[in-house]
Amino acid sequence: MEEELLEQIFASYEGDRKELVPILQEVQENLGYLPEEVMQDIARFVGVPESHVYSVASFYAQFRTLPLGKKRVAVCRGTACHIRGAPQILHEIEESIHLKEGETSEDLEYTLETVACIGCCALAPCIKVNKDVTGDMTPEKTKKLFNGNENGNGGKRAG
Amino acid sequence: MATEENVPDKRHTVHVCQGTGCVSGGSEHIFSALKEDLENSGHAEDILVKRTGCHGFCQQGPVAVIEPEGIFYTKVKIEDVPSLSHSLVSGSKPLQRLLYHDPLSDTPIVHYHDIPFYGKQERTILKHCGGIDPEDIDDYRNVGGYKALQKAISDMAPEEIIAEVKKSGLRGLGGAGFPAGRKWESCRNTGGDVKYVICNADEGDPGAFQDRSVMEGNPHLVIEGMIIAAYATGASKGFIYVRAEYPLAVSRLKIALEQSRQEGFLGEDILQSDFSFDIEIFQGAGAFVCGESTALVRSIEGKRGMPKVMPRPRTTEEGVWNKPTLLNNVKTFANIPLIIVNGSEWFTNRGTEKSKGTAVFSLTGKVMNCGLIEVPMGATLRKIIYDIGGGIPGGKALKAVQTGGPSGGCLPADMIDIPVDFDSLTQAGSIMGSGGLVVMDEDTCMVDIARYFLDFNQRESCGQCIPCRLGTRQMYEILDDITKGRGRAGDIDLLMQLSGSIKRSSVCGLGKTAPNPVLTTIRYFRDEYEAHIAGKKCPAGICNMVSL
Repeated sequence: MEEELLEQIFASYEGDRKELVPILQEVQENLGYLPEEVMQDIARFVGVPESHVYSVASFYAQFRTLPLGKKRVAVCRGTACHIRGAPQILHEIEESIHLKEGETSEDLEYTLETVACIGCCALAPCIKVNKDVTGDMTPEKTKKLFNGNENGNGGKRAG
Repeated sequence: MATEENVPDKRHTVHVCQGTGCVSGGSEHIFSALKEDLENSGHAEDILVKRTGCHGFCQQGPVAVIEPEGIFYTKVKIEDVPSLSHSLVSGSKPLQRLLYHDPLSDTPIVHYHDIPFYGKQERTILKHCGGIDPEDIDDYRNVGGYKALQKAISDMAPEEIIAEVKKSGLRGLGGAGFPAGRKWESCRNTGGDVKYVICNADEGDPGAFQDRSVMEGNPHLVIEGMIIAAYATGASKGFIYVRAEYPLAVSRLKIALEQSRQEGFLGEDILQSDFSFDIEIFQGAGAFVCGESTALVRSIEGKRGMPKVMPRPRTTEEGVWNKPTLLNNVKTFANIPLIIVNGSEWFTNRGTEKSKGTAVFSLTGKVMNCGLIEVPMGATLRKIIYDIGGGIPGGKALKAVQTGGPSGGCLPADMIDIPVDFDSLTQAGSIMGSGGLVVMDEDTCMVDIARYFLDFNQRESCGQCIPCRLGTRQMYEILDDITKGRGRAGDIDLLMQLSGSIKRSSVCGLGKTAPNPVLTTIRYFRDEYEAHIAGKKCPAGICNMVSL
């Protein structure tokens, strides 16, 4: 399946080294992360050493070499969020879903990360779950959001 | 059906903000629900529902404005849609509960322009942000869009355009403030048949969202500015380097580029001239250092985004694939169509002697009115924080203002009467930066803020030069110790010493400015450092001082 997907993606590129970053982005968009063998295929396609692909993939914060959870929780650590309580929100989420920053749960349900700035500073502090931004977070709101989610997921898993 | 002549009077437009902030509050659903409601009741003809970009007052979002009256509704919820459409259809009085309440007088304010947050601003770049549909090129053209390009191509020689930009005194709004006209001239004068124009939209400063809002609210303005720049410098290919973290801006830019191509403003033989130019979007992959020009260029080339070591040729001489490249910020390009249409004199009417035009800021932090604002260069911080921002919430005292993000500094409350322009801020130890302005009150700990920024800078160091890679890490660890009650006598001197070495010996601007947040907090808030180190106390009560 991965091979088919790669073929499809490669079809819209010329195989030039300058296309490396967009290709990595598109592959990650589809697979959620960049598996090692996929990076090797990309290296062959754009005609650069495998080490170059890895050096680029490891340089940019966007790229991941490990699979992600279904729910990507990103806590904004922008300046406005920081002074309006983002550290407490992060702490609250860590407690609720039992993960530390940068970790993914074993069942691949959650990934917890921090991001430099979501750009919703007027609604600080804010978090992003997959593509949805929630602003004006408080510890209480966080508790409600994540404890609720946990129960919901527990139900899904049981079913 | 209404008769022909009373149609314009009866027709209302509801502008529903679809900026990232309001979207997070559900404004997309409000937009569709309202549209559907009015269609179902047969009023879709005389009441238009329009999608717009950021209105700026993000804190009050989701925001909706009823034109032509300018009735301003705040914090609109999906449940409000039925009563909102009923009031529109019946022509009854504005819905009281959705009006903005002035926090000082606690009275409702009906109209947009009567709200101090808007009334005290001077919007030129942001003029149509929130008023036009960013996904509709006709809407942009209806407010004069692409007239500047037509004027430039049919009436002006490239040299005349550069002369006009030089005369305007426009300085690069990405933070460094280099005169735009001189940069353009240098790019034009460099020979070569292939040249590039790049829009730097890698807005990585935490606490800043002005570039995102301009791209989301009026993408054609930026594109038009880039096309004029390409015509003036002789470039044939352009890139918009935008953060991948801004998906809405990316999608609006894509739509705008496609529309611009269809109308013949991009592509071959633009407006029947022999000038050809096209723009591609490049999504940055999340490295703060890529805001630096040479790092950005390397990133487009598919490499690690590490700045080139000095001495090096200017990007205008050797940029992408070693070709001459003009690189400007989003807001710099957004100013170009305005300067071309209105003339450089119009532009120089605003601002100070050495900083002309306006400044766009993301006003955030401990301030009553958070959002996107535009003021003439030289406006004081007091005007921004108190007149527009409405002061500090909760009766707290102002402590500091942070400008310039991780490369900038914190200015103390007694300095808020300095004018905000490139030179005054630099003199005070901070920088203009790209436009983040974070207000801090008495509950903010300045040592914690310094630690916070050094944490950011050491994470974002690209790692190629030792002063930045290891120096910022050392500074972070010292600051972390201080905020945990483990500070030692002599730490302040050590921080100053490290700052000096890092500033002198780092390869790029990120390293050279990385110590600024520490230097300004030591300069203006030394007593707080001393309280942490000697007294093992955090005066603001933020730091968790572990007792030894």
